[in-house]
Amino acid sequence: MPVNEPIIIADRLTKRFGDFTAVDNISFEVYPGEIFGFLGANGAGKTTAMKMLCGLSRPSAGKAVIVGHDAAADSEGVKRSIGYMSQRFTLYSSLTVGENLELFGSVYGMTAEEFARRRDLLCGELGLDGKLGAMAGSLPPGWRQKLAFAAATIHNPRVLFLDEPTGGVDPVGRRGFWELICKAASEGMTVFVTTHYLDEAEYCDRVSIMVDGKIEALDTPASLKSSLGVSTMDEVFRRVAASASRADN
Amino acid sequence: MGIFASLIKKEALHIVRDRRTMLLTLLMPLALLLLFGFAISTEVNNVRVVVAADRHSGVERGVIERLRANEYFTFEGLVAPTDVEAILRGGGADAALVMVEREGAVRTQLIVDASNPVMGRSAAAYLSEVAAGAADTPLITTTLYNPQMKSSYNFVPGIMGMIFILICAIMTSVSIVSEKENGTMNLLLVSPVKPGMVIFGKLVPYFILSCAILAVMLGVAYSLLDIPFSESAIWVVALSLLYIVLSLSVGLLVSTLVDTQVSALVVSAMLFMLPVVMLSGMIFPIENMPLPLQWISGIIPARWYIAAMRKLMIQQLDPGGIWLESVILFAMTAVVLGVAIAKSGLKRS
Amino acid sequence: MNIRILKALLKKELLLMRRNPFIPKMILAMPVMVMLLLPLVANLDVSKVNVAVVDNDKGMLSRRMVADIDAAGELSVIGVSESFGYGMMLVEKGEADVLLTIPEGFERGILVGDTPKLDLRANGVNATKGMLGSQYAGSSAAATISRYLKGMGMAAETTGPSVVNLFNPTLDFRYFMIPALMVVLIIIICGFLPTLNLVSEKESGTIEAMNVTPVGKFAFVLSKLIPFWAVGLLVVSVGMLVGWLVYGLAPTGSVGLIYLAAVLFALAMSGLGVTIANKSATMLQSIFVMFACIMVFQLMSGLFTPIDSMPEWARVVTYAIPPRYFNEIMRAVYLKGAGSADLAFDFAALGGFAILFCLTAAATYRKQS
Repeated sequence: MPVNEPIIIADRLTKRFGDFTAVDNISFEVYPGEIFGFLGANGAGKTTAMKMLCGLSRPSAGKAVIVGHDAAADSEGVKRSIGYMSQRFTLYSSLTVGENLELFGSVYGMTAEEFARRRDLLCGELGLDGKLGAMAGSLPPGWRQKLAFAAATIHNPRVLFLDEPTGGVDPVGRRGFWELICKAASEGMTVFVTTHYLDEAEYCDRVSIMVDGKIEALDTPASLKSSLGVSTMDEVFRRVAASASRADN
Repeated sequence: MGIFASLIKKEALHIVRDRRTMLLTLLMPLALLLLFGFAISTEVNNVRVVVAADRHSGVERGVIERLRANEYFTFEGLVAPTDVEAILRGGGADAALVMVEREGAVRTQLIVDASNPVMGRSAAAYLSEVAAGAADTPLITTTLYNPQMKSSYNFVPGIMGMIFILICAIMTSVSIVSEKENGTMNLLLVSPVKPGMVIFGKLVPYFILSCAILAVMLGVAYSLLDIPFSESAIWVVALSLLYIVLSLSVGLLVSTLVDTQVSALVVSAMLFMLPVVMLSGMIFPIENMPLPLQWISGIIPARWYIAAMRKLMIQQLDPGGIWLESVILFAMTAVVLGVAIAKSGLKRS
Repeated sequence: MNIRILKALLKKELLLMRRNPFIPKMILAMPVMVMLLLPLVANLDVSKVNVAVVDNDKGMLSRRMVADIDAAGELSVIGVSESFGYGMMLVEKGEADVLLTIPEGFERGILVGDTPKLDLRANGVNATKGMLGSQYAGSSAAATISRYLKGMGMAAETTGPSVVNLFNPTLDFRYFMIPALMVVLIIIICGFLPTLNLVSEKESGTIEAMNVTPVGKFAFVLSKLIPFWAVGLLVVSVGMLVGWLVYGLAPTGSVGLIYLAAVLFALAMSGLGVTIANKSATMLQSIFVMFACIMVFQLMSGLFTPIDSMPEWARVVTYAIPPRYFNEIMRAVYLKGAGSADLAFDFAALGGFAILFCLTAAATYRKQS
């Protein structure tokens, strides 16, 4: 168990849209260097919760502190310390790979040398070297994912938020992508990742399972399995999410 | 019929849910009608005039009296003849009536700011009358069809021609194309519903919306704007319905030609809005255009609609007077609708 | 605000603009097309009024009247008949704008000192044309009568005052419209493009990727506005060039003033566009709001119809409409050669609007929902 100070603190975080409570009073802590999995069915409130943590959405109640910055009061402070990769491809499709990376590098205030060093390193790891001049929009989905990952980590953030990063990627691609995530975590980056692929939960240090806006379970994958007496995360999820009323299917 | 009704319901919900757009589509025609009806007029009815005289002879006093009494003028003061040009340049007045004494006789000169030629011409024409004094004119002048000389009369048909293109063509094309973009169109097309049914189901709610707008606009035109109401109103409604169908077909045609919302907007705006405003005779008279542009204006549906509406609403002509316009609009509707249906049918395969 | 971030964002905007399949073409082609075609189309001038004459007198005086009307530059006689019904038919079909009826015994009546009346009917469908047409026809007829009486030795000929047409001596309506068309162009291009640009960033989600970075509000909004300074300048340059090469109209006043006004106005319009985009959820919504603004702007700013002809309340409203000032500056500098002292008020108002709209654009831009 990590002993140092938490890097993400969610304290009774709530988001309401009119009568609808998308995220209902959730609290948890994430420690530096962890891969924290955020599981839940579609519509459980994962993305909304993550947007509050990133300072994209203002909490209706409760508080989130990321790397010492309050996500509501000092959202710009949060944004300086994090990287975020959304579930849609949200880079500029008529900019090239290199131009997209350069844009994000400059936006985070990197100097030209810093940027060049980091870009070459990332591109080497991701195999993007040969694609710097390609239009982002012309890349196949797997490559877009890698580019989005590179753009989100170009400034070497303390915390990386990934919102369903492997959606639409084939199993081999997913595996490769998780290797990247593990490598980033091993280098000290804290990774907060939402997913609905339950096999992916096995890569996480700890997972939380969200059902209808609430966190229903939170522990390491091993303890979750043993406490429920099942052998796969899939069964864990089915047990925990049995009460769900909001899932879209 | 069950499927068809649910398609219409889906589309109607889609229209009603977007409150702001819905409100705009109903309020914009109203606002434009009222603006044109009460605020804007092309005719010149307020000329700001200064009078300049080098010697106070008493002649200018009579002129100033007449200027003050005339509703077309605002008297802006008595100035020195040397200042006139600077005042006109700075926009302080539109015209100057200059009286200089030469060889014992008072010579009158009109200096008008002709940067707007219509303003210049009107100012000169009215002012010559005032300068000449109350001479006995052997004329009885009457104005036919539009006795109060309100230019709003002329604009009302134009606004209707523009609004329907805007609502029908832009809204339908954007709505169909956005379904293409989202992929929901494919969903509908692979369902057992016939493609014709899908398209028709999309058009009906917009047709109803347009009819509501037509009712609002005609209500305002006949009540607030005092356009004379007579049995020609039946023909106004009939022809407007035809024009609405034509505009919907145009929207459908656009939607078959483009793939993104932005291009649907650009095509509708550039290809339809600008020509409708500029070439249809709505604001600018067609007879003032060079011949080739007059020919081009002939392929713009709004031109014929507006011409027919003017004859019906303002001149109160019999339907016999608009047979040419009606036939052309009918033919255009048939062609556009035919091409649009053929094109959208092809997309299924 | 960080200048390096702004520079990176501007570079992005310019690259995106250049790679867009239609925007560069539109920025160049639209001004050229509009400046080439619209001066020919946008013509409200009453330079040719068609007169139908019903001549029931058939005397020398009535024949002279018809000849004089036909000889007048603004008038042309399209039909002379004895049947009032035929004359009315010409009016109904829209072929005649004015119908002049000369009653039987008119000439004799004049000679014996009665004041018989001519009957002049104007087609009011086009109010301006009807009004000016009857003025022209009336004064032409009056002049003919006065000359006739003088010839008979019955009265002294009266001459009307001489008229000087300042600033547009040839009364060319195109000269009046050319500066205004540049206003229309900037309204459309600098109003629509930033709106479309921002809303499409919203719809594609790229704005979210920007919002989660520490990029400043002002830097981001400025990166949307600044390219339109350039676009505004470009549009005005193309406009002036076409106006000069094709229509032979060059600004009488200072070109610097025109450029200054264009930059301020482009900024105001793009600020408004960004504000509307910030407040809109869908593309259709933003376009409808923008379209409504553009219609009001075009109609109320005096571009096509004189502000002086509006009722008092509407004239007050025009002070809240930025293109009113730009239009006034453009026409005054272009045609009258007005200087900065003449236009100080308009420049101040335009600058005020530019600042106001840019601030609202920044204030309404929310990085957090």
